[in-house]
Amino acid sequence: MLLIHCPYCGETLPETEFAYAGEAHIARPENPSEQTDAEWVEYLFMRSNVKGVHFERWRHIHGCGRFFNAARHTVTDKFLTTYKAGEPRPDIEALTGIKAGVKEGEK
Amino acid sequence: MSTYRIQGRGRVNHSEPVYFTFDGKTYTGLRGDTVASALLANGVHLMGRSFKYHRPRGAVSAGSDEPNALLGTRRGKGQFEPNTRATLQEVRGNLETTSQNKLPSLKFDIGAINDASYMMFSAGFYYKTFMWPKSFWDKVYEPFIRAAAGLGVAPSEEDPDDYAARYVHIDLLVVGGGVAGIMAALTGARAGAKVVLVDETAEMGGALLSEPAVTIGGMAGWDWLAAALEELESLGVQVMTRTTAIGYYHENMVGLVQRVSDHLDHVPEGAPRERLWRVRAKQVVLAQGALEKPLVFDGNDRPGVMLASAAQTYLNRYGVKVGSRAVVVTTHDSAWYAAFDLAEAGISVAAIADIRPKIDAELVSKARALGIEVLPSHTVITTRGRLRVKSVSVAPVSNGAVGTSRVIPCDVVLMSGGWTPSLHLFSHTQGKLKWDAEAQVYLPDVKTEEVEIAGAGRGLWGYGAALEDGVVAGRTAVKALGLRATARAPGVGVDRPGTGIMVKDLPTNGDPGKARAFVDFQNDVTAKDIRLAVREGMRSIEHVKRYTTNGMATDQGKMSNMNGLMIASDALGKAPPQVGLTTFRPPYTPTTFGALANYVRGHQFEVTRKTAIDSWAEENGAVFEPVSQWRRAWYFPKDGEDMAAAVARECAATRKSVGIFDASTLGKIEVVGPDAVEFMNRTYTNPWTKLAPGRTRYGLLLGEDGYIRDDGVIGRLSQDRFHVTTTTGGAARVLNMMEDYLQTEWPDLKVWLTSTTEQWATVAVNGPNARKVLEPLVEGLDISNEAFPHMSIAECTVAGLPARLFRLSFTGELGFEINVPASKGRVLWEALMKSGAEYDICPYGTETMHVLRAEKGYIIVGQDTDGTVTPGDAGLDWALGKKKPDFIGMRGLKRPDLVASGRRQLVGLLTSDPKVKLEEGAQIVLDPNQPKPMKMVGWVTSSYYSATLGRTIAMALIEGGFDKMNDTVYIPMPDKTITAKITGTVFYDPEGEKVKL
Repeated sequence: MLLIHCPYCGETLPETEFAYAGEAHIARPENPSEQTDAEWVEYLFMRSNVKGVHFERWRHIHGCGRFFNAARHTVTDKFLTTYKAGEPRPDIEALTGIKAGVKEGEK
Repeated sequence: MSTYRIQGRGRVNHSEPVYFTFDGKTYTGLRGDTVASALLANGVHLMGRSFKYHRPRGAVSAGSDEPNALLGTRRGKGQFEPNTRATLQEVRGNLETTSQNKLPSLKFDIGAINDASYMMFSAGFYYKTFMWPKSFWDKVYEPFIRAAAGLGVAPSEEDPDDYAARYVHIDLLVVGGGVAGIMAALTGARAGAKVVLVDETAEMGGALLSEPAVTIGGMAGWDWLAAALEELESLGVQVMTRTTAIGYYHENMVGLVQRVSDHLDHVPEGAPRERLWRVRAKQVVLAQGALEKPLVFDGNDRPGVMLASAAQTYLNRYGVKVGSRAVVVTTHDSAWYAAFDLAEAGISVAAIADIRPKIDAELVSKARALGIEVLPSHTVITTRGRLRVKSVSVAPVSNGAVGTSRVIPCDVVLMSGGWTPSLHLFSHTQGKLKWDAEAQVYLPDVKTEEVEIAGAGRGLWGYGAALEDGVVAGRTAVKALGLRATARAPGVGVDRPGTGIMVKDLPTNGDPGKARAFVDFQNDVTAKDIRLAVREGMRSIEHVKRYTTNGMATDQGKMSNMNGLMIASDALGKAPPQVGLTTFRPPYTPTTFGALANYVRGHQFEVTRKTAIDSWAEENGAVFEPVSQWRRAWYFPKDGEDMAAAVARECAATRKSVGIFDASTLGKIEVVGPDAVEFMNRTYTNPWTKLAPGRTRYGLLLGEDGYIRDDGVIGRLSQDRFHVTTTTGGAARVLNMMEDYLQTEWPDLKVWLTSTTEQWATVAVNGPNARKVLEPLVEGLDISNEAFPHMSIAECTVAGLPARLFRLSFTGELGFEINVPASKGRVLWEALMKSGAEYDICPYGTETMHVLRAEKGYIIVGQDTDGTVTPGDAGLDWALGKKKPDFIGMRGLKRPDLVASGRRQLVGLLTSDPKVKLEEGAQIVLDPNQPKPMKMVGWVTSSYYSATLGRTIAMALIEGGFDKMNDTVYIPMPDKTITAKITGTVFYDPEGEKVKL
């Protein structure tokens, strides 16, 4: 069972306290009505499906209830870092030496 | 006492006999025996029949790697376990054991006909034989396979035993109670770490328990062991025997299963049978040792053929001679030492056949001094004997050529093909292994967790090396914990380190195609099967494994994987690491469902949520139905009524006078704050700005895709406070969605969300007399139609209780919903029942609620919608705040597919025969005479008998349904085709006058 650091509680706690909430850094467009169909499809349905460092959202649902972001490696299933919602994507390579942003099928 | 027990020898208690049964016959063992050691002490080697060929089998090992000696064990009713390892289960009073997979008896088994026809049952046999005809699959082939193959039978009665579970957080977990593990635990404990040490057997000590001659720290080995355990205890180390580490999970979480009471004559009151431990350790040391490999030769599975180390364990740990005359066949020095121990204990060892041409001179001279014939460069050709080995044929090998064989009579054959480091748990962590070409073993390489491996698991051999390595591993862990280690390894005397080589199947002068040389004893896989798999195109060890089932039995290939790999690599002409290694997965040994489920069974499997009024419903004969986690009153039958009669009565009473309904399960969310109205405008489809405090509105919630997610009546209590209701099942989902948007998309909004579902008890009173029932109980509010019109909300006092009163209707009648603090729900209910008595107030359940709402065409999200229904599809376009700049789903509703024509739309259906009730989910077609498969244009979503209308009614989603009013559609059923007419969805009071009374 994974241990997850909640950036709001400041505690590292068992996975069962948390709920996964999809890919991170997909912001709802400011004015959805002005979006073209193609743009809206991109926002609604398209996800990166990364093999490697994946930025994703979690909710500390059985704790403080806050949504936050995490970088998790989808091969090792290890959390590299977690950070508060709204904060920018951290530089994972500088943080851990692991190259981020490798997509499925690429090396 | 039997002739096979040596008085006073071993760690069993010779003064405490224990009686148990095996296949109905009573046997005597000693306290401390395993079932296997006790049976062997009685001269019993035949303990089971094999999986596929029904060959007679006996114990081949003395530990958890045992593939053959699997028994059914029973204590009492329901307390039965199949496939228990006789080598691990301790004897106890009240223990019944039975052999498995035999018909009619263990000694005479007609299933053994499979053995005679073994050529037919080769690798891939199932794939090749049971291809056709298809109709034979479930009628002929499967019953045949199921009857012919298999081991234990699953228990049929409910298990009455208790199973427990615990969490523990510690500094250091040491898995394996051999000398390396004990030393690692001592190193940690002396440095002040919080340590847990576990071992799967009944006693700590590991291999040391089988080697009493070793001296450690100047003491006899067993004295050192006792002193070490005493020290561990004094340092507060939790030492857990009979505890198997079953799996190694992320972040150093290790699952342990402790067998708490299986070894006890009587289970103490309240004691669990097993306890699951979830250990979160900062550091882990794996000291699981190594597993001895069998040799692969014809007849290597006959009862009496066993691992050399097993014979040594039975002798030294249990005081049992496994036979009277032994022949040892080996590729490793360790079996020579086993032979010496046996010979010195008075067992005749006829010969040691070693495949190696060169053997340590000291071993050879010691063997000769003990009268053992030494046969270097020798292979085994075969064994003979029906239910027990009677002789073994050996032959010299010279430059790959096998010479003339000779037969040596014996009653046990002790084999050793060298040792495999036990790295199962390490593999669970995705730790990488590396092939050591010299030792020809896989060793641990790249680690993914905070773990050290110590002792034989790293390929180290001998007690000195293991103790030393235990200290090294312990020190590394201690240092990582930020502590200082002081422990040093004690010196060792009479250490017997040795070396050996790894071989594939042994060379033979017989026909290798006919050899019954077993690799996987439990799944009956032979060397021939593996070579056949390679010939038939299997290249990866993963394919060989699946084709032959090698290593796929409950022992997870502990004995067979390496032999299988050596043979497959030989057949492929590749080095073992090029062929690969199958991945070990949890659990390490078979684990009971009881241990995994532990407390989470029966009524604790899932919570049953009950409302404050549930007790009244129960006392008044309600029939209940589950709705998500809630238990809800379904209907209230009177005097032997069936459901249809009760529902018809409840509906009529409500429409005629007044009905009362427990609506407490409705989800409730309090939305509060200066920006509450803006938040509501952005989330729900409706416009909220102009909704005045004291008024309510039907709210609709979509996803960004434009599909309906939830609905409910929402009341505005003040400028900054909304009382939102959701569907019963959707409450948590809606709150999660609201929190998501509030926290991550609109964190600037000053809004607070609180779940109040369980704070309020909600009672709905509906019917033309509803006001008359309620009015006498209300204080501080005029609830006349003029002062408190339809869709109002107010705070007042009802029956002396603080209340939030809604005027709304989910029945089409005049209706009120009264919310009071949950703890007072029953008080309110009973007050209403009393007040309503003169109007024959009728309690009704969820079924009547469904019928009444369907008569009005009110939808139920999740029943009349399925996640692909838009407000337009459901006829709810009026609920969209089209002038708002945005709400969740507004853009989604403009997607091309959602504005296209031909969408399925929610309509009413009236069957041409008013008595025929459609089946919910039934498919609808326009032309019943078209060829199959017919074009289906939709399905029935809701269907009821309406007592009010005296006929059946239904709702359905039908393609282009709004433009098909009054059209006839067809619903083909298995026995007939039903015709129905498309209508609107409102069947009762279409003008909506009744709610305005």
